[in-house]
Amino acid sequence: MAQATEPLLKRTPLHAMHVRLGARMVAFAGYDMPVQYPAGIIKEHLHTRTAAGLFDVSHMGQIIVRARSGRLEDAARALEALVPADVLGLAEGRQRYALFTNPAGGILDDLMVAHLGDHLRLVVNAACKDTDEAHLRARLAEECTIDPLRDHALVALQGPSAEAVLAAFAPEIRSMRFMDIRTLHLLGEACVVSRSGYTGEDGFEISIKADRAAIFCDTLLQNANVMPAGLGARDSLRLEAGLCLYGSDLDPATTPVEAALEWSIGKARRTGGARSGGFPGAEIILGQIDRGAPRRRVGLKPEGRAPVRGGAALFGRADGAVPIGAVTSGGFGVSLGAPIAMGYVPAAQATPGSRLFAELRGRRQALQVCPLPFVPLRYKRA
Amino acid sequence: MLKFTPDHEWVRLDGDVATVGITNFAQDKLGDLVFVELPSVGTKLEKGAAAAIVESVKAASDVYAPVSGEVIEVNAKVGNEPALVNSAPTGEGWLFKLKIADATELAALLDEAAYNATIA
Repeated sequence: MAQATEPLLKRTPLHAMHVRLGARMVAFAGYDMPVQYPAGIIKEHLHTRTAAGLFDVSHMGQIIVRARSGRLEDAARALEALVPADVLGLAEGRQRYALFTNPAGGILDDLMVAHLGDHLRLVVNAACKDTDEAHLRARLAEECTIDPLRDHALVALQGPSAEAVLAAFAPEIRSMRFMDIRTLHLLGEACVVSRSGYTGEDGFEISIKADRAAIFCDTLLQNANVMPAGLGARDSLRLEAGLCLYGSDLDPATTPVEAALEWSIGKARRTGGARSGGFPGAEIILGQIDRGAPRRRVGLKPEGRAPVRGGAALFGRADGAVPIGAVTSGGFGVSLGAPIAMGYVPAAQATPGSRLFAELRGRRQALQVCPLPFVPLRYKRA
Repeated sequence: MLKFTPDHEWVRLDGDVATVGITNFAQDKLGDLVFVELPSVGTKLEKGAAAAIVESVKAASDVYAPVSGEVIEVNAKVGNEPALVNSAPTGEGWLFKLKIADATELAALLDEAAYNATIA
């Protein structure tokens, strides 16, 4: 049933649509958000893997960073002081995953950075967007203007049917590949569209003016291949895809190398690179790239059917007394029909095949370390 | 006729045997179930003790013994097919049967009208 949650929660431009569709609303990062629609999480998850799921992610922060000089490279260079990603190397019309780091090498947030010609566009987590904005202003205000897009919705259309659905409105999206980003006209409205997402599927994320978002989504939902999907399916899909949730799998005490996200640190920013270091915690993070981190994020498959949830302590032996790590995300892999989890373990136990034990309701549940992702990623890379 | 607890269990009485499951309201609130852990036959449960676990995609919830008794049968079918609890919570989705230890505890169970009032 749809029921009112806390009165002070913020609403996205699609709130009325969620209520009309019969969504169950929950508080998430200060917003009243749909956790599921009447179809339920399992159907929403599977439909996204086989056709297309439509997600409202308007709670996320969209921030425009523009160099006061007018030169994009000045904004890119400035941002490189806060993230280890290679921002200067980002081509126009491309997007890249990045991390805000702290002086201890920990992760303050994970984000997307896109090069849109005369400005950079960041997409940050809802729960972090105010602190991210303050962080950007505190560090970049002299060189850049920082403008949150408060009047735009962000919707994600994810799944193998997403391309065909959107191509009916803008045929040119067929030529986009994974992490391309373009301004396109959808229903006569200029939208920023990226070929990206948080499900492991091919798909698109569309930034659209708030007052056009509902009519756009209504139009998409008229296509039988498109099903609305809530935060519940979003979480089960991203876990199967081995993608991190900030606040669960990533936090200020976890480094990019511990999180197995060093792939997001370009060669130019690494030891010996053209612009080596120069971001918060560089010495620690680059040292870990070169010499390894003491612990690593790994995939975990519980033996049997019982899900092991985030927060469960991990032990090296069934009778171990001292935890060696912890599960940070865990649940049920809907497409796999089996429980799955991610967590942090000492480097020595991070090899696939290692057998570990999780504390589960007073007993020890065996699980195997396994490679991530749990399902093949189906991004359109070529 | 079913009896209920405020914790959203239902009870069907047949002589001194109580069949127990979760209510339609509970299954709807939990959403799609993916895992059910049932007690072992022979387990002696006190009224209010955690007897079974039902887990949705998102979270785990305890199912409590509505009355004291010994577990005499469990529904192995829901262990293999937890979705039965969603599709038929008071039918094929039953969880376990108790041999009632103390019939006076039955008086504390709610009738349907009283239960419906708790969820209204």
